[in-house]
Amino acid sequence: MTDIQTNDVDEDDIIDTPEQAASVSNAMSSKVEIIGGPPVGASTLEARDACAWFGERLVLEGVNLTMPKGKVTALIGPSGCGKSTFLRLLNRMHELIPGAALDGEIRLDGEDIYATGTRAQQIRMRIGMVFQKPNPFPAMSIQENVLAGLKLARLKCDDKDLLVEQSLIRAGLWKEVRDRLDSPGGALSGGQQQRLCIARSLAVHPNVLLMDEPCSALDPTSTRRVEETIDELRDIVTVVIVTHNMQQAQRVSDFCAFFLAEENQPGFVVEHGETDFIFSTPRDSRTLDYVQGRFG
Amino acid sequence: MSGTLVDENPTDGVPRPEGQVRTKRIITEIPSAVDRRFNIITMGAGISVLVLLLLVGLFLLIQSSEALGETGIFTFLTRTEWRTDVQPPRIGVLGLLTGTVLVALVAIVIAVPFSVFCALAITDYSTAKRRKWMVGVVDLLAAVPSLLFGLWGFLYLSDKIVPISRWLSQNFGFIPLFKTESDASLTGSIFIAGIVVALMVLPIITSVVREVFSQTPPGEKEAALALGGTRWGMIRTVVFPFGKGGIIGGSMLGLGRALGETIAVALLLPQVPQKIGESIHILQNGGATVSGFIANRAGADSFTTSGLLAAGLVLFIITLGTNMIASVVVSNSRSGAGVDI
Repeated sequence: MTDIQTNDVDEDDIIDTPEQAASVSNAMSSKVEIIGGPPVGASTLEARDACAWFGERLVLEGVNLTMPKGKVTALIGPSGCGKSTFLRLLNRMHELIPGAALDGEIRLDGEDIYATGTRAQQIRMRIGMVFQKPNPFPAMSIQENVLAGLKLARLKCDDKDLLVEQSLIRAGLWKEVRDRLDSPGGALSGGQQQRLCIARSLAVHPNVLLMDEPCSALDPTSTRRVEETIDELRDIVTVVIVTHNMQQAQRVSDFCAFFLAEENQPGFVVEHGETDFIFSTPRDSRTLDYVQGRFG
Repeated sequence: MSGTLVDENPTDGVPRPEGQVRTKRIITEIPSAVDRRFNIITMGAGISVLVLLLLVGLFLLIQSSEALGETGIFTFLTRTEWRTDVQPPRIGVLGLLTGTVLVALVAIVIAVPFSVFCALAITDYSTAKRRKWMVGVVDLLAAVPSLLFGLWGFLYLSDKIVPISRWLSQNFGFIPLFKTESDASLTGSIFIAGIVVALMVLPIITSVVREVFSQTPPGEKEAALALGGTRWGMIRTVVFPFGKGGIIGGSMLGLGRALGETIAVALLLPQVPQKIGESIHILQNGGATVSGFIANRAGADSFTTSGLLAAGLVLFIITLGTNMIASVVVSNSRSGAGVDI
């Protein structure tokens, strides 16, 4: 992503007039109902003996991991250890790759998302995803981008303007774009685009939000904004984030899972647990080596 | 490097004095002999194509000057009649152009949706193996000589289309274009010619549209699917908006081909120029196109030949214009930047 625009004003530098500040807190206190959307609140996501194949190659084996409701779980580990594959297993994006297969179960609030008769669209609506590279719909306006999920999943909502405002406030983008909701999403800077993508995912009120290295294409200021956003999302949605940045994992996550793959072997979870514990006194020496930057 | 890191004459942060103008350095590059020779050859090939195009245009202009001079350009363009058996001959291109445009439009209306869905089937609804296979089949369709299409249309398809024409005229006869006269034959109609031409332009439109669709950014497609969209929803939100320029450009390119299509149309249509004032019936026997008419009348006396070439010149200009607009539309669209047509 070319990030050459210099209009990426830090949101904190924009000072609200008292009316604007009041309108923001007003917007956040009202509730928008999405008809036909996911059930309200965060969900627990649970992997049971999850395995993944690409063709004949087993890339991930025997992952047992619980991502608790309303918490931030970080997936860390060196490149090629299956973190992203695991993340894509969690909302059925894995099956879009030709030749992809899986074993085991992924449970959303106790129910297997791969159960026969469960539609992938239904699952993806409940488990949103933010990608490594910001991918707003460039021809759509900012407002249309935020509402794109509703249109795609054929959901109705009683107050679209309020939903747009709330989603953008949650994603920490509202102040920067409130005066130009009709301008195209593709014209924003890289960091703003990524926050627009977060707003777009949040607009359908998902129970879980998956983030695949959401800051790796962003500058430090934008990274900080996204991290603040994650922090504020904590209570309303379960977050699972893949990151290569150890400091980021330490800053944003409550729980942490360390993935590893030996050469030509499938990836697996070395250990998982509370973030403080993983970063200070992990059981496995490989974890300590990794989090202290000795390899990977 | 001296041992000190401190610049002895620091200029960092010191503004330049006003009025001082920077001059650009001139970069010289001496190409190698190989590059120079290669440059001459490639440029030569490129320019010769352009020269050829100009020569064709010039030839048409010179050859048609006799007929155009005698008839007058404006009269030639606006007259529908084509009679060389009277003195002075009364010839005009408008009747032929009407038929040409109608056949091309019928072809495009049928071929574009077909091509778009065909392209989608290839890019978004197929496994890698089937994709290869389908691309091959569509390309093969382009390799069928147009004479065969014409013969097949004339000997086989024509009769099969008649019931459709009848149904259309019975149910949509209130649309003037679809009206038929009660005693008219329904074979040899612009509609049938249009269908056959549609088959001929289908491969070119499909391949342009497919090329454009396949360049849809995968990230945007994934975004749409990850939001809970169906595959069709994804196509409508991402692929169509992205490929819009390609669809339009590909259609116009197809239109260019359809306008110039000769053999099939020469076989299928009676080549009677459309008369202005008479209503146009695309479902019944009748009609002529510029190229079909030329093919049918070629080899006549010098004045007629000159007139035919004048008609050819008009077609040349129109197809050239259509193709140029098509390539501009495609290359200016977001999706078409990397597509050659």
